[in-house]
Order: sequence, then C-alpha cells, then structure tokens
Amino acid sequence: MSALLSARGLTMQFRGLLAVNAVDVDVAAGSVHGIIGPNGAGKTTFFNLISGLLRPTSGSLTLDGQDVTALPPYARTRMGLARTFQNIRMFSDMSVLENVMTGMHTRLKAPGWSALLRLPGFRAEEREARAQAMELLEFVGLADKADGRSGSLAYGEQRRLEIARALASRPRLLLLDEPAAGMNPAETRELAVLLKQLGQRDVTLLLVEHDMGFVMDLCDRITVLNFGRKIAEGGPRDIRNDSSVIEAYLGSKVAERLAKAHGA
Amino acid sequence: MAEWLDDFLFTYENLIHALGIHGLLALSMYCVMALGQLSLGQAAFMGLGAYTGALLTLKLGLPFWLVLPISALVPALVALVIGGPTLRLNGVYLAISTIALGEVLRVLYINAESLTGGALGLSGIPQKASLWLVYGLLAVCIAGFWAIGRSRIGRAMEAMREDEMAAGVMGVNLPLYKLGALIASAMLAGLAGSLAAHSNSFIGPNEYGFEAAVTILSFALLGGIGTPIAPVIGAFVLTALPELLRPLADFRLVFNGLIIVLAVLFLPRGIVPFRLRRAP
Repeated sequence: MSALLSARGLTMQFRGLLAVNAVDVDVAAGSVHGIIGPNGAGKTTFFNLISGLLRPTSGSLTLDGQDVTALPPYARTRMGLARTFQNIRMFSDMSVLENVMTGMHTRLKAPGWSALLRLPGFRAEEREARAQAMELLEFVGLADKADGRSGSLAYGEQRRLEIARALASRPRLLLLDEPAAGMNPAETRELAVLLKQLGQRDVTLLLVEHDMGFVMDLCDRITVLNFGRKIAEGGPRDIRNDSSVIEAYLGSKVAERLAKAHGA
Repeated sequence: MAEWLDDFLFTYENLIHALGIHGLLALSMYCVMALGQLSLGQAAFMGLGAYTGALLTLKLGLPFWLVLPISALVPALVALVIGGPTLRLNGVYLAISTIALGEVLRVLYINAESLTGGALGLSGIPQKASLWLVYGLLAVCIAGFWAIGRSRIGRAMEAMREDEMAAGVMGVNLPLYKLGALIASAMLAGLAGSLAAHSNSFIGPNEYGFEAAVTILSFALLGGIGTPIAPVIGAFVLTALPELLRPLADFRLVFNGLIIVLAVLFLPRGIVPFRLRRAP
C-alpha cells in the first residue's frame, strides 16, 4: 500500500515549546491509522498541521504525492482532506441538512450567476446535493432530524453530524479528532461500527483518540506521540506491549514493576 | 394617478427617496455582516459613489445611465485595493481601518477644492434619480441577495459568520469570499451614494464620515441580518422615525445610539429575527 499522507520531519515550535518535534508519519491508503499519546503530547497540534490550520516551523507534508505544506485549509479540502474537531464546531443556527450541504462546498460547481437566475442547471445540482446530504444523514442515523436546528442536537448526534459533514466533501483522508470524546460506551460502540463502514467508501482514516479499547479495536496502525516526539509506531499488538509506550502513560516506576511482574 | 397619492408623494418625496437609498445602504452593510465581518467603511464608499457620480454629471455631462455604473465601479476598485491589506484584519481591527478610509477621503474632498468644491461641497446636481429607479434597484438587490443566499454561496457565508475556521476547513476560500463581499458592498454603497447625490442635488464632504458609518451600521443591527429584507426594514424604521418624532430630530444620533444599545441587549437578532432556509 502506498502512503496517502506523508509527514517528514514535521516540527511546530511555539516560542520555547516544541509541540511537535521532527515527526515522520506515513498514513497508508485504505488504512485506519491512530495517533495516541498522553495529554499534551502534541496530537491536536499535529492534526492542525495536517489540516492546514497551522503552518509548520519546518518539515514537509505530502498528500497523495503532492506537497501541501504551504496550502491553506480550503485548498487541502479540495485535494481530498476533511476533518472533525475535538470540541465540536457546528454551524449551530443552520439546519442539520444545511450543515451537511455546506460540507459539499468544494464539490458544487454551479456558478453564482446561475444561482442568481435560478437556472435549471443550478436547481438540478441543488436537488442532487440535497439527496446526497440526506443519504449521508441516513448513514449516520440522523435522517429524521434533517430539518432541525443543528445546535439543538444531543452531543453524540452532533459528533455524528460532524462526521457526515466531513464526508460530504467526499474526502480520501478523514481526520477525526477524538471522535469518541464525551460519548457513553453504547454510543462509542455505535461509532466504531460506523467508522468501520467507512472503509467501504474508500475513506482512509486518521484519528486521535484517548479511548484505548476503541483505538486498539479500530486501527491497523498506531503512532504514539509523547512530548511532541514519535516514540513508537506499529500495529495494535506491538503498541500494547511496547515498553516506552507503557512508560509514557504510566511513568517509569510503574513500567519497571509491570516488566518485573511479567518477567516473574 | 390618484390625487391623494400625488399630494402624498409631493409632500414626502425626499423622505421616500431617502428610505429607498438607505435601504440600499443597509443591504451594503448586510453584504459584509452576513460573513461575520464588521466594516465601518460603507459611508466612505457611499461618498466615493456620490462624488464620482456628481462630478461625472456636472463636469463631463455624461448621461445618467452611464454615470450610475461608474459610480459603483470606482468604490469597487478602491475596495479591491484596500481589501488586500485590510482583510487580513478581523473584528474591530477591520472596523478601525475602514473608519480610517472614511477620514482620508473626507480630508481629500476638503482639500481638492478645485475639483470637489472643498468644504462647500458640490451643488446644483440635477435630480435624475427617480423613485422608480431607486425602488427598482432596491427590489432587484433584495431578490439577488435572496437567490444567492439560497445557494452554496449563501451557505458558505452563513458558515463563515458562525465559525470561520470550520468554514475554511469545509473548503470555503475565506480570503476570496471576504474580498468579494467587500467589493459587492462597496458597489452597492457607491450606487446608493450616486442616487442620493442625484436626488438631494447637493453633497458635502462631511456627510460620509463616522456618523454616517454608524448610522448605516445601526440599520443592520436594528433590522437583523438573518434575511436580506431585515436590514432594509431596519433602515426604513430608523429613517422614518425621526420624521415621525420631529421634535426629537436634533437628538437623532442619540436616538440611534440608544437603539443600537437596546437592540444589542434585547434583540440580538434584530426586529426581523428569521433566517433564510438554505436548503432547497
């Protein structure tokens, strides 16, 4: 499998703080790739670098072989990148359906004057967009709320709407920033089922998540960050047994004791 | 035409003109505020349109159908030039820099005496802006904003207003939209300015300063920006009120200020709080 996204020596320095320090990551096309690490490890900064909300201090990013290091977020969206946010960013006053249709922005091509004159081409495109948006809402289980105000949705529903909105641009790579945060175990299970179905839509997933069970269950490959550095990478099984990962999460003393216990 | 209507139009002609022109100004404010931007340059663009229109009519004697589009084009060019540097700014900083534009132009009008008549302004502008023209343009503009609002462009604009960062991530070209909105708003304000010049027959350098900018802002604040008709209604109310409360006319600005404060406190969505549905 070839790499859909490649980060090389990606570094982000905020004054004295190296939030992301020379990180190399390859996200294989068609995979589900997880980024984990303790709080403050630089995961969200890493995400913001990939989606273009931050420009790296140094290093480079390529998406499908093209250098995107200097591109603004909207240009990356056009190239097949989409994301959700850790603290949900809904267009709250807009309806659920309108949120998803806003996600289609880069795909709708009818020019402004055809909207102004309500030409048949424009109308057909809007009808088609609406149908596709409804389909996505059905996929995430929100079809019955399509005309409701998105800000009035329950928390878990807003998370699913964010996923539908991100999918609306037909991304090849979808970044999910803590998709299970704040969800109860039942909602988290439902979300895992939903995300597994994304593979069939040819969407590669890169996700940051704290819920280890969720990550281990879902991901093909996991990158572990600590203090901005990549400290480990591999399949779920390797990561679970990696001593430097255990140390990062639990501290060196606990890690030693665990190692002894296993050795004994 | 019925006799009473003739009488009515004769008595209130100035007011009826002003209502339509202020409606256009309110739309020009809407155009930037619908994206969540705050500009106080609408009065400056209006002044540019007014001076451009008046000078073309008075000095060159161009026909009105040619004067009007040029009066919209000149402010649009200025918006294009200042757009680059100022649209990097957000919130109050954009507002402050657009106030500066108004002040620069005011000083320019006063000092370019041979051309602009200096502090005395320009008078004797022929009254060519008919009511039909003013209200026809207003209706076309409202319909245009309505149509654009119910398309991907309208959705992108509302998305920017609600969460600019998320809108950018959805693929909305933020700088392009901001610049486009500023240019369109400058054209509308210029058009309104030229119409005003050709209906009042007099313009002066002090009509397009900070006070006018705040008045135009208050149209949109009072009316709301949920639909394009809302700021126009705000403009109608704020323009008609001083006429209805003639004894208060001297306190018009105090009144405007009071209304802005009350609207922000009690009617954050304006007196027309509905929003446009943006799905077919």
